[in-house]
Amino acid sequence: MGGMQPAGANIGTRLAEALRDAGRTALIALGLFLPLVGFETITDISNVLVLTTRWPLLFTLVGSIAAVRFIYLLVLAPRLERGALRLPPRASATAAGILRNWFIPFAVAFVIVYPALVVLAVGFGGAVRWIDNFGIQILIYVMLGWGLNIVVGLAGLLDLGYVAFYAVGAYSYALLAKTFGLSFWILLPLAGTLASFWGILLGFPVLRLRGDYLAIVTLAFGEIIRLILINWVPVTNGYAGIGSIPRPTLFGIPFTAADNGFAAVFGLEFSPLYRVLFLYYVILALALVTCFFNVRLRRLPIGRAWEALREDEIACRSLGINTTNTKLTAFAMGAMFAGFAGSFFAARQGFISPESFTFLESATILSIVVLGGMGSQIGVAIAAVVMIGGTEIMRQLGFLKQIFGPTFDPTQYRMLLFGLAMVAIMRWRPRGLIATRAPSVFLKQRRDISVDLVAEGRG
Amino acid sequence: MTARDGSTVLRVEHLTMRFGGLVAVDDLSFEVQRGTITALIGPNGAGKTTVFNCITGFYRPTEGRLALQRGDPAVWQGLEALTDGGARGVVRPGGALFLLERMPDYLVAQQARVARTFQNIRLFAGMTVLENLLVAQHNPLMLASGYTVLGLLGLPPYAAAERAALDKARHWLERFNLLDRADDPAGELPYGAQRRLEIARAMCTDPVLLCLDEPAAGLNPRESAELNELLLIIRDECAISMLLIEHDMSVVMNISDHVVVLDYGVKIADGAPEAVRNDPKVIGAYLGVADEEVARVEAEVGL
Repeated sequence: MGGMQPAGANIGTRLAEALRDAGRTALIALGLFLPLVGFETITDISNVLVLTTRWPLLFTLVGSIAAVRFIYLLVLAPRLERGALRLPPRASATAAGILRNWFIPFAVAFVIVYPALVVLAVGFGGAVRWIDNFGIQILIYVMLGWGLNIVVGLAGLLDLGYVAFYAVGAYSYALLAKTFGLSFWILLPLAGTLASFWGILLGFPVLRLRGDYLAIVTLAFGEIIRLILINWVPVTNGYAGIGSIPRPTLFGIPFTAADNGFAAVFGLEFSPLYRVLFLYYVILALALVTCFFNVRLRRLPIGRAWEALREDEIACRSLGINTTNTKLTAFAMGAMFAGFAGSFFAARQGFISPESFTFLESATILSIVVLGGMGSQIGVAIAAVVMIGGTEIMRQLGFLKQIFGPTFDPTQYRMLLFGLAMVAIMRWRPRGLIATRAPSVFLKQRRDISVDLVAEGRG
Repeated sequence: MTARDGSTVLRVEHLTMRFGGLVAVDDLSFEVQRGTITALIGPNGAGKTTVFNCITGFYRPTEGRLALQRGDPAVWQGLEALTDGGARGVVRPGGALFLLERMPDYLVAQQARVARTFQNIRLFAGMTVLENLLVAQHNPLMLASGYTVLGLLGLPPYAAAERAALDKARHWLERFNLLDRADDPAGELPYGAQRRLEIARAMCTDPVLLCLDEPAAGLNPRESAELNELLLIIRDECAISMLLIEHDMSVVMNISDHVVVLDYGVKIADGAPEAVRNDPKVIGAYLGVADEEVARVEAEVGL
């Protein structure tokens, strides 16, 4: 409204309008926060609920909301309308080119030397926390993101129950390792196979579903798996979960303080760091294998068929592509990598329970894929670092308690910050961080395709 | 295989398609001769696209037989035996015969090798022109990549197959004058080029019968003249039979060898373009009848 008027000519009207709008905003905020913030019930000494009021807090809140709205309308909005804050339209294409040329080798080199850097920076004792919480945790999600990327990013099938396959992988490893005493390296491919079998099983009923309906059924599938894990107590031990899962060994050498343990065999002083280092490089190798598969598959006929399926299913069928098989392989491939990640997760934790496989996990993995830019390997990796690394950093911010008081818990603001980040991304980069698609083959010159042309897939 | 030996490549018999109470196609029979262009014309809503969807397996016809043959015409003799048996088709060393009404859409394209284009263009807009043509060669490439296993390992047979596929794509791009745009996203091409690309993509599947649904729609006169020329060259060089739906009479009359006219799902004329053009029933269907004939026509339909 304000932007249509000549700038500066009628500051007065603009001021009045901003004041009116700020007043309205204040009223809405008052209505909202009066019951939420204005009143508080506390239990007094005699254990009776007493209603108290928090007027100062309420009015500060409402006042600041109105002030922010007023300033936004008066200062920021005209500037936004003039396009002063808009991003240059072609920036993404060149950015992707730069990323490809120097970022990837740098990133791979960095993750390989990361444990050494950590040990140098914080010493032997503190390194475990940094490698485990940041390195391993992030790499698990990078791997899950890349796995889901096949289903959502390439084939365009919205899967909200991806965590189910992660759970299948984890429980496969835990149960088979405890029951039959098989080693991690035998069970890793087995867990992947079992998970991809479940992927096909999910694939069959949802073949005819598209878009929202597909999303709902996959969501339900994720819940079914979780409920089975909770209720099939004789096998899964229900809520109590499965503990003391065998840890992976290095060619049979366990990472324990025992005489045949890793430290003793190599004549080193025992430290839990060795196991963490070993796990770090295992998950790094697994993630790189996932990446290699993803990159390779995209250039093979099956990968092109997945992308074609996302673009136009009817055209695919008119070209003789069996869309049933193509969808099922996408589900199976995606599930397989989740199975690998799941069995690694079980081996790393040593304890698993249905709590680890809630819908929130599916949502996290999916948001990593969406934030990263569907179909983009680098984008997904960056999004995983930001999302999971962000969570972990929140846990490390204990010093903030000295500023905000002892009751301040930074982790409780995690979801709030994620929500804000997601709203911001959806506002400015609706198709994710990396908003270009690199063609899988070219005759003369590889030119990135703007995602405005790429379909998101309707299942 | 000679381009035109007078043999039939597609035989449509008593094709009927009902959607609930609506009879979209009613007892339609016609034949497509090898190496010729057959045009399917008729006013809007006559059931032309429905016929296409039945032939290409997107619809399963309510009644009728759709037989497609390739290679040695002698396999036609096995038609009755094939119909009585439950099989979808017979493949002999010399030739093959398929009953299209028994096959799902992707098998019609994959085995019977019927390729099609769509009235509202269906390209893979976010993929490059070249990628579009490679997706069309999915089945041979899939076989060469050992159903992905050999391809993942990067073994040489797949590399050779991919090179061959790229060569074929380049050939058709040159043919359709799209080589300069090979690395551009298909969605960025101008409309006329998108039409050409869709035909090029269909040609990459090595079809026996090419079904074109309004290939000249939205083209300017120069583009549509170029398209005519191109379709004639394809017909003569590649020994391909074509079935096309078209509203642009300049295309229909200039390039088709045979015209079938539909009106309200019923065939009202079938013959050479010249004969069809002068057929009073066809003129009536398109333009209505002359004033002096109204009384007679009304009497005929019982008004």
